[in-house]
Amino acid sequence: MLKQCEGSQAVAEAVALCRPEVICAYPITPQTHIVEGLASLVKSGALSPCEYINVESEFAAMSVAIGASAAGARAYTATASQGILYMAEAVYNASGLGLPIVMTVGNRSIGAPINIWNDHTDSMALRDAGWIQLFAESNQEAVDLHIQAFKLAEELSMPVMVCMDGFILTHAYERVDVPTQEQVDAFLPRYVPRQSVDPDDPVTIGAMVGPEAFMEVRYLAHAKQMEALELIPQMAEEFRRVFGRSSGGLVRPYRCEDAETIVCALGSVNGTIQDVVDEMREAGVKIGSVSLCSFRPFPSAALGKVLGHASRVITIEKSLSVGIGGNVSHNLRMSLPGRDTKVYTVIAGLGGRAVTKASLRRTFEAAIRGTLDPLSFMDLNVKAVERQLEREKAARRTGPAAEAILRDLGPTVGASASTTTHGPAAGAAH
Amino acid sequence: MTSPLPIKFYQTGTFTVGNRLLDVSVRSVQSDSQRNNSLNSGHRACQGCGEALGARYALDAAMRAVNGRLVVANATGCLEVFSTPYPESSWRVAWLHSLFANAAAVGTGMAAAMKVKGRTDVRVIAQGGDGGTVDIGFACLSGMFERNDDVLYICYDNEAYMNTGVQRSSATPAGARTATTPAVGEAPGNVMNQGKNVPLIAMAHFIPYVATASVADLRDLETKVDKAMRVHGARYLHVHVPCPLGWGCDTGDTIKVARLAAESGLYPIFEAEYGEITGRRMIRKRVPVDEYLKLQSRFSHLFKTTEGRARVAQIQAIADRNIARFGLVPEGAPA
Ligand SMILES: Cc1ncc(C[n+]2csc(CCOP(=O)(O)OP(=O)(O)O)c2C)c(N)n1
Ligand code: SF4
Ligand SMILES: [Mg+2]
Repeated sequence: MLKQCEGSQAVAEAVALCRPEVICAYPITPQTHIVEGLASLVKSGALSPCEYINVESEFAAMSVAIGASAAGARAYTATASQGILYMAEAVYNASGLGLPIVMTVGNRSIGAPINIWNDHTDSMALRDAGWIQLFAESNQEAVDLHIQAFKLAEELSMPVMVCMDGFILTHAYERVDVPTQEQVDAFLPRYVPRQSVDPDDPVTIGAMVGPEAFMEVRYLAHAKQMEALELIPQMAEEFRRVFGRSSGGLVRPYRCEDAETIVCALGSVNGTIQDVVDEMREAGVKIGSVSLCSFRPFPSAALGKVLGHASRVITIEKSLSVGIGGNVSHNLRMSLPGRDTKVYTVIAGLGGRAVTKASLRRTFEAAIRGTLDPLSFMDLNVKAVERQLEREKAARRTGPAAEAILRDLGPTVGASASTTTHGPAAGAAH
Repeated sequence: MTSPLPIKFYQTGTFTVGNRLLDVSVRSVQSDSQRNNSLNSGHRACQGCGEALGARYALDAAMRAVNGRLVVANATGCLEVFSTPYPESSWRVAWLHSLFANAAAVGTGMAAAMKVKGRTDVRVIAQGGDGGTVDIGFACLSGMFERNDDVLYICYDNEAYMNTGVQRSSATPAGARTATTPAVGEAPGNVMNQGKNVPLIAMAHFIPYVATASVADLRDLETKVDKAMRVHGARYLHVHVPCPLGWGCDTGDTIKVARLAAESGLYPIFEAEYGEITGRRMIRKRVPVDEYLKLQSRFSHLFKTTEGRARVAQIQAIADRNIARFGLVPEGAPA
């Protein structure tokens, strides 16, 4: 049914349509509206049977999901930012145990300095945890990916993370087609675990594995993700047949056919990028873009096909691998074996900094001119950081730089002008 | 308190309360040839391991109480490591190990799954060592209590992180030597504290059932597990399990050491319902703490100096306080 609603509400409804049996909730901005929406659906009886558990931490959230999933229930949780790091150990454990848990990540930066706004640092921190990671471009895709995620997880016996940009998607009101229960039931069968903790068939799960078998276990996790490379497009195609629209898949190219320049990004920023591509195409520039829907597994072959003929690739990345640069570009180079394609890594939008069309266009044009650095930081206040580096050169000091930068910028920035040290985000919900 | 029949202890002179003297229907679970052997032989625990003994008795009693309808979540630690070196397993119950700190939460998840699937006959036990319970697993444990989830949590307290080589936990007793509280310097061994009493903290959650037990009295342990499994909601059982390796006691003295802990008052054995103490195991033959401490090399430094002697006196004061607080000696009995 078409409706105008908040992204989080739409996702809550989509998750409910998947009939999760155990939901674990621990609040963190910007994920809160999703678990609040589900709380209402469970408490009102609209989603039943379902156990909704208000846990005491994200670590417990993932651990309860592990117990529930291992005992044969369809389990779901959602988190973001500090929350996913707080549960990190259990995130790895869930995949190691082969549990098909689905988790939404309302992507948000990681502190310090504490910051509640959007970037991808949180999901990136757990990219090697053995989960499938799907990134939604829009709220419609977020809804659709959740429905696919449960099926994918259960077919592969592997957990799936659906990543949606905090605020930009979670809090945006958009037109969304929320499917009917009949449609979802037709697509997503009941969960039948292959193995579970069950007194009728008692097994030992989670044994200690030594050097003689550990490599093989890890290899198999990788091999399964390679299987997912086949399954994800099939699932997107099946989804299209049942629901009448395409969502998901590995990569979503936009006007790439003859493009000499291709921009690659994760998540909602693709919408803005596509607008810029349209404008530049109108001006005669051969440019296209590709949205990476699946970051894990990384679709090297599919992406290589899309990028094949381009002479330059620009990655717009909402996370910084401190000390080297790009996460996406680093992975993407694997798709370009033996090619001399130029790759430009552009770090953008960290901590919620707006990624504007104007800045994107400037960046793309600089790349085409050949004046863009291989690693650049879009809309960085270069003067402010240079002044700080000068100060630090003059007098060695320890401790955080955040307050120095805020002081330097003066009382004109943000609502935080009156709070001097530890309250740069005064008034925001953390 | 443990036996429904008036058995006179002088008939056997031991705490085993010779099953021969009991009616078949009230004999111990372990004496039953049909017992489950939940933690089966062949595991790799050290000789004389109190934890292996406690876990075996506890789970066999639980399996009998719930007709075998049991699933178990286990924290990382000796119990997990010695029982499941892949591809072997000593468990004859449905058993899952996830992490060190999350056994209580995994138990919650299992209980939620069983409830949502309408399998209300299947019951859940979560278990771990003292480190996995009173330190790193404490948040998950308290959360499980506070929500009153239908899980029995069993802590096997050997008073240190044994699996990693005997480091101090917050259950390590005053003065004890561990690998991280070495018996060197001005104040050798562990700090002289009162410890963190998790049974009392559990009671502060007003959950249906909390009890302490010891491998010194296995019949009492069985009875408490049985009782716990007949109640729903969050339950907590704290079992004192000597570790010969970590404590430096003779592998043949596990039961004796455990008994002296209880008989000196250092380890009070009691039970509580909804936050109120409802039962205590009286001390039969009170002993000074020296008798308990001297059997263990982790306390040997205390007996070498006058300062050490003063510390033993402080430990005796802890025992005396326990005895007064829990009423472990009948009024008027000689101190
Ligand atoms: C998060 C984490 N921290 C530390 C460890 C290392 N570790 C494994 S078992 C263990 C000690 C367990 O002690 P306890 O819970 O008292 O059980 P015991 O071995 O004494 O029976 C430790 C520290 C771990 N596995 N995970
Ligand atoms: S170290 Fe202690 S707890 Fe661990 S197996 Fe040996 S005796 Fe048991
Ligand atoms: Mg221990």
